[in-house]
Amino acid sequence: MSDVAGATTTKRARRQGAGRYGRLGQVVNELDDRLGVAKGGRTFLDKIFPDHWSFMLGEIALYSFLVLLVTGVFLTFYYIPSSALVTYHGPYLPLDGQRVTQAYASTVNLSFSVRAGLLMRQMHHWACDIFVGALVVHMARVFFTGAFRKPRELNWTIGVTLLTLAIANGFLGYSLPDDLVSGTGIRIAYSIMLSIPVVGTYLAFFVFGGNFPGTAIIPRFFILHVLIIPLVILGLVGAHLTLLVRQKHTQFPGPGREENNVVGSPMFPVFMAKTTGYLFAVSGVIALLGAFAQINPIWQFGPYDAARISYAVQPDWYMGFLDGALRIFPSWSFMGFGHTIPFEVTIPAVIFPGIVFGLAYAWPALERRVTGDHAIHHLLDRPSWRPKRTAAGVAVLALLSALFIASSTDVIANFFHLSLNTVLWAMRVIVILSPFVAYPITYKICKELQGVHGAGKRKTPNLVVRTDEGEYVAEPTPAYPEDVLDELEPTPVPTYIEQPEAESTAPGVRVVER
Amino acid sequence: MSDESRTPVALAGLRADDPHLEPSARNPHVVEAVIAALFVVGMACVAGFGAAYWVNAKPWILGATLGGGLLFLGLGLIAWGKYLMPRGPFVEERHPLANDAAEREALAAVLVDRGASVVKRRPLLGGLLGGGMGIFGIVALFPLLRSLGPLPKGTLFHTDWRKGSYLVDQTGRRIHEGDLAVGSIVTVFPEGTENTDRGQAVDQTVLIRLSNFNYVTQKGRATWGPKGYVAYSKLCTHLGCPVGLYEQQLQLLVCPCHQSMFNVTDGAIPTFGPAPRPLPQLPLYIDAQGYLRAQADYDQPVGPGFWERGRS
Repeated sequence: MSDVAGATTTKRARRQGAGRYGRLGQVVNELDDRLGVAKGGRTFLDKIFPDHWSFMLGEIALYSFLVLLVTGVFLTFYYIPSSALVTYHGPYLPLDGQRVTQAYASTVNLSFSVRAGLLMRQMHHWACDIFVGALVVHMARVFFTGAFRKPRELNWTIGVTLLTLAIANGFLGYSLPDDLVSGTGIRIAYSIMLSIPVVGTYLAFFVFGGNFPGTAIIPRFFILHVLIIPLVILGLVGAHLTLLVRQKHTQFPGPGREENNVVGSPMFPVFMAKTTGYLFAVSGVIALLGAFAQINPIWQFGPYDAARISYAVQPDWYMGFLDGALRIFPSWSFMGFGHTIPFEVTIPAVIFPGIVFGLAYAWPALERRVTGDHAIHHLLDRPSWRPKRTAAGVAVLALLSALFIASSTDVIANFFHLSLNTVLWAMRVIVILSPFVAYPITYKICKELQGVHGAGKRKTPNLVVRTDEGEYVAEPTPAYPEDVLDELEPTPVPTYIEQPEAESTAPGVRVVER
Repeated sequence: MSDESRTPVALAGLRADDPHLEPSARNPHVVEAVIAALFVVGMACVAGFGAAYWVNAKPWILGATLGGGLLFLGLGLIAWGKYLMPRGPFVEERHPLANDAAEREALAAVLVDRGASVVKRRPLLGGLLGGGMGIFGIVALFPLLRSLGPLPKGTLFHTDWRKGSYLVDQTGRRIHEGDLAVGSIVTVFPEGTENTDRGQAVDQTVLIRLSNFNYVTQKGRATWGPKGYVAYSKLCTHLGCPVGLYEQQLQLLVCPCHQSMFNVTDGAIPTFGPAPRPLPQLPLYIDAQGYLRAQADYDQPVGPGFWERGRS
């Protein structure tokens, strides 16, 4: 080994030092001389990733984020963040000759006049909807299996922050085209800021550079959307993954799966192949959605005009729960002492989401306090093993889902030919009841599942055997080995391997120094 | 497959003929052929994408070839990893992240003995430095907050409607008393603002003709509705969306955003939905030439509520 590092080593000697691993071995040597990567690199390539399907939900988020970055860079080449007025001339004839903002005109142009522009725009929008969706589902997985417990509270906090940033950036993004629907959304956001007691008007004026709409908002949203927030997201994703590698994966308990180990596939080559394939597959699905499922056709909505509005104004899905809350909340405005507190806006659009996300941030600490469980956990819970936590999570999800449905009261009323009043009151009742119905039902299901023998495991067939006396007996076949909860002894990582005699080294035996 | 081959093993030091390193596919040749087919289709799709891009094909063709190519290549790669690579399962030991008590104490000692004691010995310097940094932190916020926009001052309390403002439609044409039939509605602006951002965002007003005779919506508004013309701010008092739908038979103005409804016959009092206040009414008069004009600005702030808004 020492002659490899020697300063006088000749090229030939170094090539020989690479041994039987040839040119690649030589590259490894050269790299290790300079960076000392051999040991760490091998540890990294040997990193074990659990094979359970639920661990790939976060990967969907990561890969849709990559698609967002790539398609987003494409869009920035053609989008002009300006609210200056221009006259549109282009292939979309219904708009020809109209005075529109440059933001709107450039978005229509990049959709119709730039090669693959429409595809990239639709992929970008779909990738965003999938990104936020994957974040939510990944978060649910982490929550229901207790993966957020000590020592991973920090990573949970980073994850919740990522979700809020993703939602915020999604809102900024679909506001940029300056079309009629998104412009209405910006106006609502402005009014929500205005509703915050004491500082609301100042906040709204500083964000918008004056009274709504002003000319500052498009360039400001643009720089936030394409630079500042993506940079923060990127940094937090890096931190999220670094912590993941440092703390190693959680895993479900099973044969050989203990608190002190991780069972699965190694980074190289198995996980690398699977995850790269997964990146391709996620991008492929997003591209197919961009090809076949139209999304946000802003040329049909028309340019934003503060005095116009269209029917069925709904935001992107992840903002739906806020819109629903705004719709069903009663008109409880406080007026007195020379001031107004628009509770009909502040409570559903500021305080309520504050409570939901605050609860998400605080949950690991809350659970530690309630259960008194301060131990370190690397083995996951099955949701049914923790009925109260699972029920609480389902209750919150039920509430948010009900609010999401409530964001379509007008469409529901129209579609089912009901009165808006009926739908509104029905949604109020459903929203208030949903968590109280969801909690006990989930709790009960969890308790039942705990009692079912072999729940969560595959059924094995019975073997019908004819005895010597001619009697037929059904005998259960042994359970699948991986379903046996007996704690098998995991093979420990050897700390050393004896160097075999040179002549006895059989081809194919890998010798590792530790 | 025996139980032993399903027991997780460590990667390091495995013999090449260990069953854990075998592919999990029962028939690798068949799987290889399927994966090869996926890759071939994927390659063809990606090449097709190149061709489609070259000839500037329709977006759906671009997307179908790109998406199909990525999807097939991805599925092939996933299948390769899943069926033809070492099936495992492998195990990796997890060493506790925490160090022993001595290490922790050593770090705490550095922080406390070497660090905190230095500060404690010089409380004046520490306090001054902390104060300076704190002031800098606050000062650094000033440009961030103050330069971003003007102070609200009174701008939320007034619109551009003045005594004598002509009512014009979006094209700038003045509204004449004979223009609207009973039951008609038009969006109007104070003359000169119909093409400005502020005019469209703040001053927008709905003009409805409710009858042929002077119309009184509420007490104290005896002269506000000449010849049946009444005008309300078009900004919903909930979140400021334009109240763009007019339900003529029920005489309701409906906001499409959150379905607040306002009864135009009695001063636009909200009858449904989350809006807390009536739409402010613009007092009108008809001048000698028969043009509709405003008697004054709105008597209260238009649009959604905010902290400084005093009266109801």
